[in-house]
Amino acid sequence: MFKIVERKELNPTVTKLVIEAPLVAKKAQAGQFIIVRANEDSERIPLTVADYDRENGTVTIIFQVVGESTMELNELNAGECVHDFVGPLGVASHLDGLKKVAVVGGGVGCAIAYPIAKRLHELGCEVHSIVGFRNKDLVILEDEFKACSDKLVIMTDDGSYGEKGVVTAPLEALIQSGEQYDEVIAIGPLIMMKFVSLTTKKYDVKTIVSMNPIMIDGTGMCGGCRLTVGGETKFACVDGPDFDGHLVDFDEAMQRGNMYKEFETHAREEHCNLMKKTVE
Amino acid sequence: MALHNMDPKRCPMPSQDPNVRNKNFEEVALGYTPEMAINEAKRCLDCKNKPCQSGCPVGIDIPAFIGKVAEEDFEGAYQVLSASSALPAVCGRVCPQETQCEGKCVRGIKGESVGIGRLERFVADWHREHNNTAPTVPEPNGHKVAIIGAGPSGLTAAGDLAKLGYKVTVYEALHLAGGVLVYGIPEFRLPKAIVQQEIDGLKAMGVDIETNMVIGKVLTIDELMEDYGYEAVYIASGAGLPRFMGIPGESLKGVYSANEYLTRVNLMKAYQPGSKTPIQKSHSVAVVGGGNVAMDAARSAKRMGAENVYIVYRRGMDELPARKEEVEHAEEEGIIFKLLTNPVQILGDENGCVKGMECVEMELGEPDESGRRRPVEKANSNFVLDVDTMIMSIGTSPNPLIRSTTPGLETNRHGCIVTNGDDGLTSREGVYAGGDAVTGAATVILAMGAGKHAAKAIDNYIRNK
Repeated sequence: MFKIVERKELNPTVTKLVIEAPLVAKKAQAGQFIIVRANEDSERIPLTVADYDRENGTVTIIFQVVGESTMELNELNAGECVHDFVGPLGVASHLDGLKKVAVVGGGVGCAIAYPIAKRLHELGCEVHSIVGFRNKDLVILEDEFKACSDKLVIMTDDGSYGEKGVVTAPLEALIQSGEQYDEVIAIGPLIMMKFVSLTTKKYDVKTIVSMNPIMIDGTGMCGGCRLTVGGETKFACVDGPDFDGHLVDFDEAMQRGNMYKEFETHAREEHCNLMKKTVE
Repeated sequence: MALHNMDPKRCPMPSQDPNVRNKNFEEVALGYTPEMAINEAKRCLDCKNKPCQSGCPVGIDIPAFIGKVAEEDFEGAYQVLSASSALPAVCGRVCPQETQCEGKCVRGIKGESVGIGRLERFVADWHREHNNTAPTVPEPNGHKVAIIGAGPSGLTAAGDLAKLGYKVTVYEALHLAGGVLVYGIPEFRLPKAIVQQEIDGLKAMGVDIETNMVIGKVLTIDELMEDYGYEAVYIASGAGLPRFMGIPGESLKGVYSANEYLTRVNLMKAYQPGSKTPIQKSHSVAVVGGGNVAMDAARSAKRMGAENVYIVYRRGMDELPARKEEVEHAEEEGIIFKLLTNPVQILGDENGCVKGMECVEMELGEPDESGRRRPVEKANSNFVLDVDTMIMSIGTSPNPLIRSTTPGLETNRHGCIVTNGDDGLTSREGVYAGGDAVTGAATVILAMGAGKHAAKAIDNYIRNK
């Protein structure tokens, strides 16, 4: 059992939990993930580490409510416990030696993009952050990004905050204006990562994406998280979650990602009638 | 000495009717009654040279325990079993006895061998139902050993070391101890309550089991030895990533590895009504492969409601690597065997879901280096099998987490940990390994045998340090 020391709703569907897990906190690095089970019979959910505090022994996770399991997790309060918390899993992001990076985050993916931006900033790298959300109400971590970015662009689909449009527009504009990035790191919905990768490919800028496919054990046993990367089968849990965005077969990943969509939607609606109005 | 029962046939095992059991997850075989057990035990000739014992990877004194059953001393029989096996109720159910103890039984020459596995199961079940005495906690010897993986190999080593007084901690990556006994082997073949009881027995002996601990990630082997004071480590982390065939369509929705399918059904309990675990509602399922895991996946799929379930295997019936009993059970339950058949591609619909599997017929050619006749494609024999789900059960390759985080740990070109002969010593002092992590995917009892040998070697190592 792992105690929740802090719970904060970042927006109507995104929640942050700070969880006491000293051994995981001691080892966690940006880009790695954990697996959490809210209750004894819950599903195992992989979530990327959003932050960690080695001294206080806590790990922060940020998640969006999409199905019954994330809903169960969302129902737990500070002081209560999650049943299982395993990690840190996956390979940490390779950030050493980078001098200038564009960090692109979309929606709840910003929760994972933030620790990367923060770590790069700590390493003395020039960080340009481009973060996109559907609308003003869904904007998260603005102050945090501000604190670690040399340049910050906020985009919303409807223009209700920041600039109107998608993240690829300012990214392309920056590249065209002569910004020379060692790397672009994109974390968000598959469709966003796909288009960021297509954009950067035109300019031959190395692009890393963080994949979050369906997973069960997360340790290299079930094979559910397989992806095609450069024509080879890779397992996100042990080979990733970071991959070269120019090599990932996003269309296949998107198709696999919605395998249980009906199941999730059904479970969510059965579980809670209120939620279905605010999610999606 | 009582007269031997000279019936050439063994006492049949009562079991659920195939057409009933293929719709439920309750145990298939129901077990002997005491009368059946005594009768069967009397078929044992109590051979002086005990060929059966030499066929047992953990070396159970088989004639001795069967003798106790014949004398109606069931608890005495259990004591004989538990002296050698940490998990008798499990072994009695899942061991391939026909190629081990029973394969060497003298009664098998002119008739059927003694039902050793059935008797082992009976004795272990009898003990569980009748005996509530807590196991004696051994006198601590002051030494600490860490075991990685709470599967059959790790649990066996833990039991043997705990009996010698070692303080044993087992680190398990999943949220539940048991390894393949809980995520892989289905409820109808091995009820989880039985596994749990065996594990509780180890805990009562003082073994600590720490779940949710992925060694190689949260702690390394070096940290266990240097910071946590373990004098020896036994790596029993099991098999790893599922293999796929590399044919087109393997990423379609509805293609599972057997590991994923069975984990969803067993560990994550998709078989229970109202379960929260998503799983495909299949109409027609093709399981590719012919081993025990393939049989488990096929029989689970049938029970999950699939109308047609096929085993697709590229060789013939005689070459199926699965236990004969599993194959017979599968056939009785209506699993269709598509033998000498190999998939060449998986066909998808416009939504990316499996809608069929294109196969080619095979014929057996000359024997290959393994001695088995090599399957060869028949020209122009392609056909489409109408399925919506495909389960790949063609083996695994070793997990990289430990070898990639343990400097100096030698592995072979497949990624399996290299050990020095039988005792399981790796290239690192004090670090032992066994089970699937060393051999690649094998059986529960071989993994248990490795755990036993390693426990003995670790005891020798620590005592002579």
